[in-house]
Amino acid sequence: MEETHVGISVEVNGRPHRSTVEPRTLLVDYLRDDLGLTGTHIGCDTGQCGACTVIVDGQSVKSCMVLAVQADGAHVRTVEGLAQDGRYHAVQQGFWEKHGLQCGFCTPGFMMQSVQILEDNPDPSDQEIRDALEGNLCRCTGYQNIVEAVKAAGATIRSGAETMALGTGVGA
Amino acid sequence: MAVATPTRAFGASIRRREDPRLITGRGKFTDDIHLANAATAMFVRSPHGHARIVSIDTSAASAHPGVLGVYTFENVKGFISGMPCAWPTTNTGDTLKLATYPPLADGKVRYFGEAVALVVAVDPNTAADAVDLVHVDYDPLPAVINNEAAVAPGAPLIHDSAPGNQAFRWSLVGGDTNGALAHADVRISQTLVNQRLIATPLETRCAVADYNPASGEVTVWVTSQNPHIHRLLIALSTGIPEHKIRVIAGDVGGGFGAKIPYYAGEALCIFASKELGVPVRWSESRSENYVATAHGRDHIQHIEVGATKEGKITALKVTAYASLGAYPSTAAPGVPTWLFGCIIQGPYDIPNNEVHVIGVYTNTTPTDAYRGAGRPEATYMLERVIDLVAAKVGRDPVEVRRLNFVKKDQFPFKVANGTLTYDSGDYELALDQALHTVDYTHLRAWQEEQRAAGKLVGIGFSSYVEICGLGPSSAANAMGFAGGLYDSATIRVHPTGKVTVFTGVHSHGQGHETSFAQIVARDLGLKVDDVDVIHGDTDKVQHGMGTYGSRSAAVGGGALHMAGMKIRAKAQKIAAHLLEVAEEDIEWVDDAFRVKGSPDKAKTIPDCAFAAYMAGNLPAGVTPVLEEQHWYDPENFVFPFGTHICVVEVDRETGETHIKRYVAIDDCGEIINPMLRDGQVHGGIAQGIAQALWEEAVYDENGQLLSGSLMDYAIPKASVMPHLELGHTVTPSPHNPLGVKGIGEAGTIASTPAVVNAVMDALSPLGIHHIDMPLRPAKVWAAIDAASH
Ligand code: FES
Ligand code: FES
Repeated sequence: MEETHVGISVEVNGRPHRSTVEPRTLLVDYLRDDLGLTGTHIGCDTGQCGACTVIVDGQSVKSCMVLAVQADGAHVRTVEGLAQDGRYHAVQQGFWEKHGLQCGFCTPGFMMQSVQILEDNPDPSDQEIRDALEGNLCRCTGYQNIVEAVKAAGATIRSGAETMALGTGVGA
Repeated sequence: MAVATPTRAFGASIRRREDPRLITGRGKFTDDIHLANAATAMFVRSPHGHARIVSIDTSAASAHPGVLGVYTFENVKGFISGMPCAWPTTNTGDTLKLATYPPLADGKVRYFGEAVALVVAVDPNTAADAVDLVHVDYDPLPAVINNEAAVAPGAPLIHDSAPGNQAFRWSLVGGDTNGALAHADVRISQTLVNQRLIATPLETRCAVADYNPASGEVTVWVTSQNPHIHRLLIALSTGIPEHKIRVIAGDVGGGFGAKIPYYAGEALCIFASKELGVPVRWSESRSENYVATAHGRDHIQHIEVGATKEGKITALKVTAYASLGAYPSTAAPGVPTWLFGCIIQGPYDIPNNEVHVIGVYTNTTPTDAYRGAGRPEATYMLERVIDLVAAKVGRDPVEVRRLNFVKKDQFPFKVANGTLTYDSGDYELALDQALHTVDYTHLRAWQEEQRAAGKLVGIGFSSYVEICGLGPSSAANAMGFAGGLYDSATIRVHPTGKVTVFTGVHSHGQGHETSFAQIVARDLGLKVDDVDVIHGDTDKVQHGMGTYGSRSAAVGGGALHMAGMKIRAKAQKIAAHLLEVAEEDIEWVDDAFRVKGSPDKAKTIPDCAFAAYMAGNLPAGVTPVLEEQHWYDPENFVFPFGTHICVVEVDRETGETHIKRYVAIDDCGEIINPMLRDGQVHGGIAQGIAQALWEEAVYDENGQLLSGSLMDYAIPKASVMPHLELGHTVTPSPHNPLGVKGIGEAGTIASTPAVVNAVMDALSPLGIHHIDMPLRPAKVWAAIDAASH
């Protein structure tokens, strides 16, 4: 079987990786199984749920719809790479403060898509947010607090305010 | 020692303590467990709804490089021969026929997707290849899908052990329903279909089993709402001693009932790990989840109602055909019987009512609890009935609800069939608050204007009461549930005063790591950040019954509060000793024991904990350390209630329903964390609206599941959900230690009929009085079209 494997090099969250994969390996399986980055989840087998959303070269994609070999030479950003310099990303903070997650299984995908939404437009309306989340499914929240979370994150980004440090408690 | 500022944690909308790991990608879901040398299990599944297995040829798969084992029923039956049913429901006389539920098909397949063979290989790709190499020769049989057709004469027989495909007949009778029907001013007959649904937690089911041949111990990571029940059922079905089994349900990506049952998948991972001497992992695909994980609902109800000309309901008779699917799943027989029939009169004083349930086998995926479990079937039926009665007698549905409500001064209220005593309630209060929120008078005026302009707009109501906080063990036993329904808590105060709590219930989105810390923080005068909550690991946590039936806050939280009071009682002795006063001379104020009359002389729980661990200066008879446990068996269920109002516009041209406004007033007693409470209601309403408008598991006549993926089964997206307006009233449960009632299922139970009633109100000028769910545009359009010709 070895002769069918292909070499790829991918930068994930700023770190370079060289790997050999079967051509049929999906990017999501490569991230989870080969690199151990299990924050990216799998919720379906038809490209519907968005739990696997990551950002490849600045564009959010469903990593179950991309082969690992297609990411050769690309920069990939996953949920593990959202927090920077010991601080939460504004989107993470928004989801935390607005109770934008319950079981948390869909959350990494929603957050990566939300990063994309706010990069495209840091001040979206409720309906724009709902429409832009078309490719992500959540079974727990009914979406209302996810919309609030994205709005809160947009406000944080627009204000340039510092986000919470990792390790911050609930403060109560 | 300085005294901390009083905590206001209980009742505050604090953000969740479980979130930091989940928003940074550091959650540990079952599929994230990667053990060295682990093999991958996959299943060969039936492409037929009903067929005899002529032969299974595993030779090509077994010979495939990288395949470690291929197994059929014959190979596994010595390890596990059947999946146990834990709720052999009572009140069925001698009719109960619990068919054997083999872990792999035994000579016959009875539903599309039933597992026929197990393949274990070195990696997922190899396992997938090997699944395709297993050749099964089937002799297809006629299938039966419809619940009534299944028990009709001449239907294909699914189990030899269940003649006529009947699983049981179950009845509850209160008053004289036939007599009251005979004397009623008005009578209504109606058939309602409560369609089959698929729970669809975003995380499918997974299991990882690691059997240690040297010690005979097995560790199983599993997507479970109730790890101790899983451990017990694994022990009973496989013979592995219970104390050698460790079940871990870490982060679980939603359950909604579908992760209560014990399934063959996890059992066979244990089998394969034992057989092969390596860890074995299995992870459902979504398509597999849709056939292999329990479905919900699936009732056909025939209803007869009698009422006075004012709309007071005097008699209600329901005959329901409920599908168990092809086999009896873990809790399945209890769902359409006790959880449905007990609450048949809902929040209304209906003195004569009877319910008869015929449990049937069909060639479909087994059913089990799905969010609300039994209570949505009752509530939908009753709320449709109220509107049909209102239409018949020509009164406002609000007034008919009010007329029939159990009144505030009737509590505690015993239902007509004698099974339940509602603890407390004020149904009119929630109704009035909902009416006030929507400004009902103006809303009806607006509706008239819209109708005059040719628009189809409707206003729908749903008032409900549910049975939560399952439940007293004596009641559970009497209903045939094979377990008690108490729950447990251990509170370990460490020497520094930091606390670890062990709870027997399980959190898979509910946020117990936060809300339970809020309970303990209040009881012990601590900060929420100082309390950690542990759940989901049978080696860490004392026995517990897990999470379903909105029981966590009421029963698990109740246990926690009682354990906290035991901590306080012991600490009080220590505090008095340290303060050198008599125990009666100190009192608990806010967050510390204080000397009466000189409140500055005080000892906190951390002060007492330190002394308890130093242990050299304790009062006589007080043992070292500060750790307590409590087992709480509630004296009654708890009964949350409320009223939801939905406003819709139906597009005449397309049949599409647009929700213009949605108001939910729920009463779950005391509220621990309003933000989390609202989250539960939001998610519940989304699922309930989805049943009303979109979701349906559809089989063809051969038993193929046509809605077998997220492309065909319509769970709601953000863009189709309305903004929800929530409110609450607070009627504490008088018998619950915290006064709480439970909120996890309320939204789902209430919203389905609110939406359907709204659509029917919108269509009523056309003379349309009922359409079965889901109210998809094509179906509604067809009804509009037919009505206008
Ligand atoms: S796992 Fe990629 S869209 Fe569902
Ligand atoms: S939080 Fe559970 S699926 Fe979204």
